[in-house]
Amino acid sequence: MGLDNENPTLFDKSEERKVSEKDLDDNEAEEFDSREIFDLIRGITDPEHPLSLEELRVVDQSLIEVEDSNNTVKVLFTPTIPHCSMATLIGLSIKVRLLWCLPPRFKISVTITPGTHASEHAINKQLDDKERVAAALENTHLSTVLNKCIATA
Amino acid sequence: MTGKLKAICTLKGHTGIVWNTSWHPKGLMLASCGEDKTIRLWNYKDGDKSTLKCLLADGHQRTVRAIAWSHCGQSLASASFDATIAIWDYKSGQFECNATLEGHENEVKSVAWSRSGSMLATCSRDKSVWVWEVWEDNEYECAAVLNAHSQDVKKVVWHPHEDILASASYDNNVKLYMEDASDKEWTCVGTLSSHTSTVWSLAFDKTGDRIVTSSDDRTLKIWQKYLPGNPEGISVKDGNFVYKCVCTISGFHTRPIYDVTWCHLTDLIATACGDNSIRIFKEEDLSDRNQPSFSCISHVNEAHLQDINSVQWNPVVKGVLASCSDDGMVKIWKMEST
Repeated sequence: MGLDNENPTLFDKSEERKVSEKDLDDNEAEEFDSREIFDLIRGITDPEHPLSLEELRVVDQSLIEVEDSNNTVKVLFTPTIPHCSMATLIGLSIKVRLLWCLPPRFKISVTITPGTHASEHAINKQLDDKERVAAALENTHLSTVLNKCIATA
Repeated sequence: MTGKLKAICTLKGHTGIVWNTSWHPKGLMLASCGEDKTIRLWNYKDGDKSTLKCLLADGHQRTVRAIAWSHCGQSLASASFDATIAIWDYKSGQFECNATLEGHENEVKSVAWSRSGSMLATCSRDKSVWVWEVWEDNEYECAAVLNAHSQDVKKVVWHPHEDILASASYDNNVKLYMEDASDKEWTCVGTLSSHTSTVWSLAFDKTGDRIVTSSDDRTLKIWQKYLPGNPEGISVKDGNFVYKCVCTISGFHTRPIYDVTWCHLTDLIATACGDNSIRIFKEEDLSDRNQPSFSCISHVNEAHLQDINSVQWNPVVKGVLASCSDDGMVKIWKMEST
């Protein structure tokens, strides 16, 4: 089977986050910000290419919204082509990575950047259905694929 | 009347998501199930004295999504993501798994016993609703496979007095089914269409003449039954009845409403929401049957630490409610009048 997008555009990786003195102070309660969320997901590997979601610009820090006090994290992701058959899997890998890493108080929403995929609405609905996500994670085959994508994050 | 919902007991034991609870018809026992593949039976006692009675652990290979007591209280049915339904019977002092029903292609999402106990309904992500006939000696026979929905079916519920079945789906609709008297074929006899996203759950009121539905679209809807020749002039096409949406309750829930329960003792409606809240609704005095209004008489913010997946009114003890959540807890609440 051929690849959906054989020749994707590559982008530079951003610099590592600078550690400030405040970061090392254990007494300082720190809020989550978009950079932290970005750092959790930018290293996820694309299911088709040995490239990260950051290099393919599927995820971008400017498309992440965090309201720590309100316990919400909203991530928009952008499939490389509008008919990408891997979009659901990519969305699921971002969602699962955040579900596993963030404190359970957060309500996590992962949706497609508006206008960038032909089946945007259907994929968003699936990713937002907690029951389907829970069932998918119990599927051995699917969770093996997901683990592979997330292992590099 | 106003009132306040007060937590009276927290039942710890499950690990991971608790998906569903079901009160025993006598109201003295509560069953819960979840991601840890177990079913737990709790003795209900007033105050904070409820305790674990027993643990049913070896029935399913994956998440136990839903459970339901038969109306006689002798059997418990459990539906699992492993595509099977298990039937547990109470014999010689303990619960034993006496039958496993196979047929659905993938995750079974809900299970319900008919009022008479002679039928069982199940539904699945495979888009189908199955009606099983219950024979003696643990024999279950598939009486119908209903393919009225175009997507994942989330919930099945029986009418409280008649053999009318309702199902709610990811396709945004609720379907109603009955057995045709002439040819004994089960058929879809109605569609409740108005929600703009997944319908997660529904409940009948004590008469069966009303249905409340809860949805991902953050609203509740109340549906009123109309018979042919009704004085209101509501058209009833080629059937025995129609359920028409007479009220939409919006502006309260801020996330999907995963479950709704309509108390047959107090007429109060309770909801389980993804915003960690439990809300209680009551029909206003002097409300018009054809255009009713409901008010939210109690709102428990942070009733659980995470999404609430199910709420169930105790069928015998007035004002007692069970809830369960992603946070692994089962809680018992009591409605106190103020």
